[in-house]
Amino acid sequence: MTLTTSRDNTRDDPRDNDIAESLAAAVTEAFENSTPIAIRGGDTKAFLGESGSAEQSLDITGHRGVVSYEPGELVITARAGTPLADIERTLADSGQALAFEPPYFGDAATLGGTIATNLAGPARPFTGAARDFVLGARIINGRGEILRFGGEVMKNVAGYDLSRLMAGAFGTLGVLLDVSLKVLPRPRAQVTQRFEQDQTAAIQNFCQLGRKPWPITASYWEDGTTYLRLAGASSSVSAAQKSLGGEMLSDDVAFWRDVREQQRPLFTDAKSLWRLSVAPATPVLDIAGTTAMDWGGALRWLAGNDDEQGIRQRISQHGGHATVYRGQASSRLHPLSHSMMAVHTRLKNALDPAGILNPGRMYADF
Amino acid sequence: MNQAASLFDPAEHAERASPPDKPTIIAALQAQLPAEMILTEAEDLRPFECDGLSAYRQVPMIAVLPATIEQVQATMRVCHAMDVPVVARGAGTGLSGGALPLDNGVLLSLAKFNRVLDIDTQNRRATVQPGVRNLAISEAVDHLDLYYAPDPSSQIACSIGGNVAENSGGVHCLKYGLTTHNILQLEIVTVDGERLTLGGASLDSPGYDLLALMTGSEGLLGVIVEVVVKLLPKPELAKVAMVAFDDVRAAGDAVAAIINAGCVPAGLEMLDSPAIIATEEFVHAGYPLDAAAILLCEVDGPAAEVEEDIERVREIVAGCGATDVRISRDATERALFWAGRKAAFPAMGRISPDYYCMDGTIPRKALADVLIGIGELSKKYGQRVANVFHAGDGNLHPLILYDANNPGELENTEAFGGAICELCLEHGGTITGEHGVGVEKIDQMCVQFPAAELTQFHAVKAAFDPRTLLNPGKAVPTLHRCAEFGAMHVHNGQVPFPELERL
Repeated sequence: MTLTTSRDNTRDDPRDNDIAESLAAAVTEAFENSTPIAIRGGDTKAFLGESGSAEQSLDITGHRGVVSYEPGELVITARAGTPLADIERTLADSGQALAFEPPYFGDAATLGGTIATNLAGPARPFTGAARDFVLGARIINGRGEILRFGGEVMKNVAGYDLSRLMAGAFGTLGVLLDVSLKVLPRPRAQVTQRFEQDQTAAIQNFCQLGRKPWPITASYWEDGTTYLRLAGASSSVSAAQKSLGGEMLSDDVAFWRDVREQQRPLFTDAKSLWRLSVAPATPVLDIAGTTAMDWGGALRWLAGNDDEQGIRQRISQHGGHATVYRGQASSRLHPLSHSMMAVHTRLKNALDPAGILNPGRMYADF
Repeated sequence: MNQAASLFDPAEHAERASPPDKPTIIAALQAQLPAEMILTEAEDLRPFECDGLSAYRQVPMIAVLPATIEQVQATMRVCHAMDVPVVARGAGTGLSGGALPLDNGVLLSLAKFNRVLDIDTQNRRATVQPGVRNLAISEAVDHLDLYYAPDPSSQIACSIGGNVAENSGGVHCLKYGLTTHNILQLEIVTVDGERLTLGGASLDSPGYDLLALMTGSEGLLGVIVEVVVKLLPKPELAKVAMVAFDDVRAAGDAVAAIINAGCVPAGLEMLDSPAIIATEEFVHAGYPLDAAAILLCEVDGPAAEVEEDIERVREIVAGCGATDVRISRDATERALFWAGRKAAFPAMGRISPDYYCMDGTIPRKALADVLIGIGELSKKYGQRVANVFHAGDGNLHPLILYDANNPGELENTEAFGGAICELCLEHGGTITGEHGVGVEKIDQMCVQFPAAELTQFHAVKAAFDPRTLLNPGKAVPTLHRCAEFGAMHVHNGQVPFPELERL
């Protein structure tokens, strides 16, 4: 499997560098000494999950640069320390994009952190999550071995899907070195329509819209207003705009960026902020606080409530899970059942037998 | 080669303590399950001796056909306690021998799990048992104008549990993804009989993405007993362009040009001349018999967008030297254009006593080179080959024609197939795009993955199944096996896995 054979049409940047060997040496040393290490990229997502127990850090930002990108293959391979902005700019130059619309939460955001946290923006229910676009990865496991899984092709079922498993693992199963992602063309046209409706009506609306092939790529609700983003060919976008009605939003690019980056007032003003992940048709949750909905109802943001037990209990009844973004909680990620925790610790042990990679970053148990 | 026993490492089996004898195992199963669910006689076991890769056959020691999840759990507990290996099986349509039984093992058939349990229209998902046929899901929600997207060629027969185990694809993957992109939740039974829920009702789940790990794990990590699939609204319109070329390279270039133009076709298929001729004689889809290759490019979505995009496709392929372009005028003509492609495999069955369906994926840019390379290999091995590609995904299905009654021809075919796998790897591809490794590609895994990666796979396996009771000998080769295989395939004088002692 070669990830590096493609024609190099990327920018020349003196900061581009492959430091995989020195990173692997550092992990090997940590393994031999059983020294826990905290993997650090741009440090923009430290607020997610737990702070972890490692005192020594492994800076991956020196491992940067696009390794290969050919628009006709719909694949980009880049080093984990590459700034996300660089990747998006490279793709935009060829009319392509990361279709999962990754949030940055800071200019320094890197590809590695983006995949390690598996975050996705408003397009998530319509195009997929970060994990859906992972085609392959080169990683360092907890023994300091450099391993390559998956590849640069669209379909690959040789071996367990360990590269996809890295998405959302917060670096606890391996240090990401290079990631190959499927990319997609940017839509040729885009428009956003807004509608006044209460939350119950919005949930019903989202469900009905989801059952028809509308060219919708984002659906959000806050404070009595639903926002629908239509995207695709200009002909179908304007046809849908006419059929659906509503009022056109000016500067919708900025609006969706603010939703993605949590720059709407609901987020910026909140002292406590919870992310509630539920089935989209879940009715209005009977939980105190201010709510916004993204992902066609499948993501509920809750501000101004710090009753961890109450929130978790309520959300579990609906088959969902709750993550704290801001505020206090005994477990920032949703707790796992006893049997699932047992599977997690065994899997962690399979990839990181000494428990040195970001220990405690997800859960205290590993 | 036909002897399944030769597939397994002696070393692997030596480590296993000798399990109780067959009557003891049968008695233990009978204590937990109704007697009619346990098959033990040769004539009852014969139907399970192979899956879609019929060159490999092995009658299992015992077959168990449970009807409830509790019975699956009970079966697993008995087998776990007695150290009996278990091979799970759905519809048995797999093409890589993933469901090949073991002579010392239990074949666990999920055939009785054939019900659609729930259709949740509001959340656009369906809860189905693993034995439900792929196409039956779409049929069950057809009246709601919804469907389940992944559509492997065998969708009329293959079951969703097997689709998950293999991470099956199909014709529409480029736009709609593989099985892993279209499922929300799995219920599995672990090797020791525990029931676990992976994924959930929401779009993500706390903890590791075990749903991703389980998908495509070929029955080595757990038994899938329930699946929640995503349902999508049917597209408003779909049109297909049937494009002919007198040169394979031009067809390959057209695939890249379509993608480069910002189009993501719902399906983009390619047939070479032998495949065109065989299918045309069989179903009369109107394919031009003198073409070197044809592309079928399907565009779906909102009507206005489809009309716009199909015209763009027409312009692009014209610029790439297409000799003929026909665009489906209605649903009937669209179905006709597809009929040839869908009949490609049975069409081969008409012109050859046997055929061997290969599966590999390469970068799209390598399509023409690999196709030409396969042609050269065809001459070298002296066997005919027809090519059917999921060109949009770079996923190849060369069909090698052979006659199993001719001594040595199967062996020659398998060597030809192995050479195609290695050709894919040389072009930056993979040895299997959607059919799985099973027993078929187990030796090519040694070529694709170095020892460290294989060792990591085994460690992951051990996290779920430390005694390797679930589908042993499939999907991931032992290092000893690779050392033996490598001894036959020495590249540039370098012996793979030099650190291992030769057996």
